Amino acid sequence: MKVLMFGWEFPPHILGGLGTASYGLTKGMSQQEDMDITFCIPKPWGDEDQSFLKIIGMNSVPIVWRDVQWDYVNNRVGSYMNPQLYYDLRDHIYADFGYMNTNDLGCIEFSGRYPDNLHEEINNYSIVAGVVARQQEFDIIHSHDWLTYPAGIHAKQVSGKPLVIHVHATDFDRSRGNVNPTVYAIEKNGMDNADHIMCVSELTRQTVIHKYFQDPRKVSTVHNAVSPLPQEIQDIVPHKIPNEKVVTFLGRITMQKGPEYFVEAAAMVLQRTRNIRFVMAGSGDMMNAMISLAAQRGIADRFHFPGFMKGKQVYECLKASDVYIMPSVSEPFGISPLEAMQCSVPTIISKQSGCAEILDKCIKTDYWDIHAMADAIYSICTNPSLYEYLKVEGKKEVDNIVWEKVGLKVRKIYDQVISSYRK
Amino acid sequence: MKTICLYFEIHQIIHLKRYRFFNIGTDHYYYDDYENERSINEVAERSYIPALNTLIDMAKSNGKYFKVALSISGVALEQLEIHAPAVIELLHELNDTGCCEFLAEPYSHGLSSLANEECFREEVLRMRDKIKQMFGQTPKVFRNSSLIYSDEIGAQVAAMGFKGMLTEGAKHILGWKSPHYLYHCSLNPDLKLLLRDFKLSDDICLRFSNSDWDAYPLFADTYMDWIAALPEEEQVINIFMELCAIGLSQPLSSNILDFLKALPVVAKERGINFSTPSEICSKLKSVGQIDVQYPLSWVDEERDISCWLGNVMQREAFNKLYSVAERVHLCSDRRIKQDWDYLQASNNFRFMTTKQSNIGLNRGIYDSPYDAFTNYMNILGDFISRVNALYPVDMENEELNSLLTTIRNQGEELVALNKEVDKLQAKLAKYESKSAKEETPKKVSAKKTAGKKVTTTK
Repeated sequence: MKVLMFGWEFPPHILGGLGTASYGLTKGMSQQEDMDITFCIPKPWGDEDQSFLKIIGMNSVPIVWRDVQWDYVNNRVGSYMNPQLYYDLRDHIYADFGYMNTNDLGCIEFSGRYPDNLHEEINNYSIVAGVVARQQEFDIIHSHDWLTYPAGIHAKQVSGKPLVIHVHATDFDRSRGNVNPTVYAIEKNGMDNADHIMCVSELTRQTVIHKYFQDPRKVSTVHNAVSPLPQEIQDIVPHKIPNEKVVTFLGRITMQKGPEYFVEAAAMVLQRTRNIRFVMAGSGDMMNAMISLAAQRGIADRFHFPGFMKGKQVYECLKASDVYIMPSVSEPFGISPLEAMQCSVPTIISKQSGCAEILDKCIKTDYWDIHAMADAIYSICTNPSLYEYLKVEGKKEVDNIVWEKVGLKVRKIYDQVISSYRK
Repeated sequence: MKTICLYFEIHQIIHLKRYRFFNIGTDHYYYDDYENERSINEVAERSYIPALNTLIDMAKSNGKYFKVALSISGVALEQLEIHAPAVIELLHELNDTGCCEFLAEPYSHGLSSLANEECFREEVLRMRDKIKQMFGQTPKVFRNSSLIYSDEIGAQVAAMGFKGMLTEGAKHILGWKSPHYLYHCSLNPDLKLLLRDFKLSDDICLRFSNSDWDAYPLFADTYMDWIAALPEEEQVINIFMELCAIGLSQPLSSNILDFLKALPVVAKERGINFSTPSEICSKLKSVGQIDVQYPLSWVDEERDISCWLGNVMQREAFNKLYSVAERVHLCSDRRIKQDWDYLQASNNFRFMTTKQSNIGLNRGIYDSPYDAFTNYMNILGDFISRVNALYPVDMENEELNSLLTTIRNQGEELVALNKEVDKLQAKLAKYESKSAKEETPKKVSAKKTAGKKVTTTK
């Protein structure tokens, strides 16, 4: 089975959970022998792992015909793409996009991030997708997150193949209810045109059904999983300070992640004990507000903001922690608690996060219940047995949540969609 | 002739309230009064009252033919006394029929038999006295919390003077043996063991209203036919369950009360009678000993103690609790002793279980084992600090004990001495008043002489 996937991020250059999930899912699916995945991203860097799928960089797909030499093309895009593909794609330019701002290869430049002109990038991505869909052969289209829904719809219209969309988040999660109408329109349009909708949790599924008015029969839940930790990360020896416990929050410091509840809970814990440190790693629009809140509560000496972390740093930070906490107000899935549990760190998550649906060996509280949260932190830090239990059993549990199983589930949905498509 | 030993247990815990760690040291009241009142009333109305009324009816209409045994945990008794005295009245009424035997059990319904002999003994004897005081009969047969039993526990119970003990007829202990005989403890042949027939017991307390069960609906004559069909030499059929199974696990709408009512009648037709545990212990001879190296219970498929002490959290809570057992035993603070009873209840540990079970577990206010553990440990933290505040922590218990004995002896000595002083003083006063009477005339004359002297000197 050939799948054409549209995504926005792919490791190692990732900005959030979307990239990690895309990687894990495709890797898990590639375990099935007849699975052939082509993954489109706006801007490949050349160091992506292409051993189990083929990556097409949307910034190397021509939409305007340019007469260029093989060597030149090879020089420009050869690091991540076969130059022959460039010529094949060039044969499928479907309209005159001469008015567009293109480069010397006739391609549109992408930032590959979430820039201010995001809507323009989404639109460009969808234009390029038309070329890809005309050139590639595939049985089904799979779009990850709202940024790529327009591209998916376009590909569906061009090729007549069924479209499956993967909802990693909705705007209701990001904005605590104050949805951006433009984003909502794109999301809704994508869902209306999709032949099947996969959601990363039941929580998201309910949002899709009730807020986007989708038929429950075409919406299913496909929980995320985690990839096993590579050896070099397993080998990290944490720097632990004796007699001192570290409680860590790791993620974007934005409204969605509920950072203020963490600060308030920390203040409560510190009223009683002093040998616990709190770390809020990450950056975001609420960071300054959180710094001043910590100062207001008089706990700034025990509350640290190390800033944005990436790659190995993340795991170093996790491994040095005694408790990981994710008090998200609304989290479609939330892969980071699973990563913490992989590092044998006892974890506290909010009941309002999607991963709570599949995790059992962690403490769940309501995001607003700072008393329960403080109590849980205190309990893990003072009762060695609870710490030990969550550490050992949590690791065991999360080691059983693998992408291969998710891949099989997705495959089942594909088969079902294809068999019932246009009949 | 076959005999049925029917036994019901009454136990409800004192519910703990939501207790956060910042309450440690400031709040020493640990109980959810509202929940306690609500739950005990619910159980009383839905189960205890109708069930006891039925038992009384059965006793009255069958004369002395029907017998039943009951036991009540001390904490349940306290709650019934406060919130549902009607149940106590029914218990008295049942007791007055003369068909009911009361058994002893640990006051707290706790796990002290697994932790601390002294503490176990104390609460069992306390419960025995309480039953004696309330119902006028001294229990001769013992049942441990959730029928926990091992050889050692058996020996301890025998040492307290009990003739028999109830426990589970667990397959892994019995092997090829049948629970339908009387056995004895391997460490002390004087302690007889009655083993629960879990199949016949669970038919009533677990499966009775289950419409998926192939024997559904179960009628009293079918049930009695099963018992009658057992081999001739198997004589004791022990049917033990919690009283709240009637009405709660098996709703009254399943007509379980009518089923019970019919039991003595259909038993009589088949020549099967009823006996109380102590009658069985005195009438029948033991057929052999039972070896139980590791504790067993009537809970879960495993019939062991893993539902209370199965994971590290439960074991930590258990060890922390019993680490202060001796101190609590030494002290004389009534509130601490009371809290000690309530905190020991095995249900508190059950809430922390992480075992998967087919039978749903009601965790009360807790939504996970971790939540239950955290709450309990917070309370325990406060309780332990209160216990530690009574006497210096760095002192050995033995040393403390001898000091306390010295203090007590000295106190008694002081009382004795004071008495003596009082006595002597009283005597002295008597003598003084006597001698004063005698001396008064002399004194007067002496004064006169003195006065004279004064005048003379002038």
